Amino acid sequence: MLRWMEPRIELLWWDGCPSTERALADLRSALREAGVDPASIQLREVTSNEQAERERFPGSPTIRINGRDPFPGDVSIGLSCRIYRTADGRASPTPDPDQLRAAIAREVAA
Amino acid sequence: MIAVATDFELPDTDGRVHRLSDMAARGPVVVVFTCNHCPYALAWQGRLNDAAGEYAPRGVSTVFVNSNDSELYPADSLDAMRARVASERWTAPYLHDETQEVARAYGARTTPDVFVVDNAMRIRYRGAPDEDHDDPAANAQWLREALDDVLSGVELRRPETEPIGCSIKWRP
Repeated sequence: MLRWMEPRIELLWWDGCPSTERALADLRSALREAGVDPASIQLREVTSNEQAERERFPGSPTIRINGRDPFPGDVSIGLSCRIYRTADGRASPTPDPDQLRAAIAREVAA
Repeated sequence: MIAVATDFELPDTDGRVHRLSDMAARGPVVVVFTCNHCPYALAWQGRLNDAAGEYAPRGVSTVFVNSNDSELYPADSLDAMRARVASERWTAPYLHDETQEVARAYGARTTPDVFVVDNAMRIRYRGAPDEDHDDPAANAQWLREALDDVLSGVELRRPETEPIGCSIKWRP
C-alpha cells in the first residue's frame, strides 16, 4: 500500500538575526496551503561557527525540505543573516513567500 | 534627554578622512552604521542613498560607517567596501571604522542603525530608516521626518525608534 509521506521540514536559525519569526510565519502559511501540518516544522538553533560549519549553515534563516535547501546559490557558511532575493531582485532577510510556496509545492508533489 | 555626539575621524574607501565636527559645522549629519553582508542593510541602502542625495542640497551631510569585524566577516573588509562603492550608486562616503571605537561610542547595535546629529553636535534621532525594510515605498520616512524637523528647528516628532537589522559584528 502506498502511503503519502509528509516532507521533513527544518528551519535553522541564529539569534543574531531578527528574521526568524517572519520566516517561520511565512513557512507555516506556505505549509498550510500545501496541506502539510506546520507543527511538523523542526526548529534548530545554530549557536556557534563550529556548528555552522558542521551543518553547512549559510545564514539565518535557512529552510530545508527533506534535507534540501530550496534556495541554493552562492552563499558563505557562518553565523550571519542570510541574503535572499525577491522576485524583483531586492535583497531581503527572508525568502520570497511566492518562491517559498512554489518550493514546498514541488517537494510535496515529488 | 539629548545626547552629545562623540566626534570622530574616519577614512572613506579612498582614504580621505572625514571628521564629524567639520561636517556638523555645515549642517545636520546623518551617520548610518551599515555593512556589506546584511540583508537589512542592503534592503535599506537604496532608500538611504536617495535621502542622502535629496537632502544634501539642504546642507545635510551623510556618512555610511562600516564597523564590522572583517576578520570573521571578510565580506566587510575594506577591499569589499571599495568594490561596492566602485560598482554601486553611492551618494555619500562609506567610512571604515576598523577599531570599532565609533560604533562603541554611539552604542550602535545593528546594521543599519541611523543617527542624526545637529550642528551643535547633539544626537537628535536614532533608530531605523523607516517602518519596513521590505517596503521601498516607506522611503526612509522616519529619517526624512527627523531631518525636516531638525532643519525647521522644531521638536522632533519621533526622536527614537527601534533599530532593526543584523547585529554589529564585534571583535572577540
